[in-house]
Amino acid sequence: MSRPEHIAPPELFYGEDEAKKYTRNTRIAAIQAEMTLRAVELLSLPEDQPHFLLDIGCGSGLSGEILDEEGHAWVGLDIAPSMLDIAVEKDVEGDLFLQDIGQGMAFRPGAFDGAISISVLQWLCNADKTENRPQYRLQRFFSTLFMALQRGARAVFQFYPENDAQVELIMGIAMKCGFTGGLVVDYPNSKKARKFYLCLFAGQAAGGARHELPRGLDGEENAAGVAYTQTRIQNAKRVKKSRKPAKNTVEWILHKKELARKRGKEDVPLDSRYTGRKRKPRF
Amino acid sequence: MRLITHNMLKCHVKNCNDPDKQFPLRFKDAQLEQIEAERNDEFLVRMLPRIEWSALATTATELGIELPKEVPKVPADDDAFMQALHTAIMEMHVKGGSMVCNGCGHEYKITKGIPNMLLAEHEI
Repeated sequence: MSRPEHIAPPELFYGEDEAKKYTRNTRIAAIQAEMTLRAVELLSLPEDQPHFLLDIGCGSGLSGEILDEEGHAWVGLDIAPSMLDIAVEKDVEGDLFLQDIGQGMAFRPGAFDGAISISVLQWLCNADKTENRPQYRLQRFFSTLFMALQRGARAVFQFYPENDAQVELIMGIAMKCGFTGGLVVDYPNSKKARKFYLCLFAGQAAGGARHELPRGLDGEENAAGVAYTQTRIQNAKRVKKSRKPAKNTVEWILHKKELARKRGKEDVPLDSRYTGRKRKPRF
Repeated sequence: MRLITHNMLKCHVKNCNDPDKQFPLRFKDAQLEQIEAERNDEFLVRMLPRIEWSALATTATELGIELPKEVPKVPADDDAFMQALHTAIMEMHVKGGSMVCNGCGHEYKITKGIPNMLLAEHEI
């Protein structure tokens, strides 16, 4: 799987082109919608009540639109200006902020009923600039988030961890900042459909019930997953078929000899009808 | 940005620690726009305890938005109050200008309704 966070910092990677691609691509939109719905489900907010939520890394507002549909008011943060521009064009309902979450968030204590974040956390583990220290940034992020949430509220982060060490780092810092909770893995046995949700609880509401970590989904991945479109499969097949002839065939030998001649080698044997022909079994 | 969100905002510059000054952020050259929204009384009543009323009233006066000075005892029964509250915090959007911290003087610029909350290296 390609990792965009290895290519460039988020504010540069999600430039105008990538932002447009991200928003127009129906497949990405479908996956985002599915993950957002699952994240909202994991928040387990009291039903039929509008809530004030935080969308961390809202991007072009794909996840915000889902929150709108569910009837919640929300505030979105993102570091990529191009993505926010698209969100403004789409007239999303929530308030948007250009913010680097690694610098901490500027909200008063107890402002929000919950927070969701889709495919963001792995970006925080990068040190794109010399002054960026992932540990420090994660700590600042989680401590300000803990403050900004109501006691007993939840924060759900869908993310793509690179390895176990990264999960340990993130969870360790979150626990240090006062959160409880843990990792929920959906479809753990499927390579494609497997999704990681970090489910954090900000303390316990006064007189509220104890939080219990939700169970991850299991079973048939195809039932819930977004299907690959036919064109995508065909494209993948097309790439595999290379123009090079298969090794040790007559075409391959002739091709190699031709190449050698072009490069100016002098002792290349002449081509004949015997070139690359199989010997008879008596040899 | 709506005023309900502004009421939740404080300055997050590292050495700006004075709780009296880092909140609320003061608007400078604010451009207002009213966008109609559906009124949801249940949500407003739930949000009321979280809103710092004196700060909201001051900000509203600065921006020229009418808002009662005090919260009535049973807000849900006072239709005029609920309408004024709804207009002030859910419908008024600040589209341009900037927000200034009274403590450290950091200026958060607002463009196209999006405040720029990025800090410089020495402020983290």
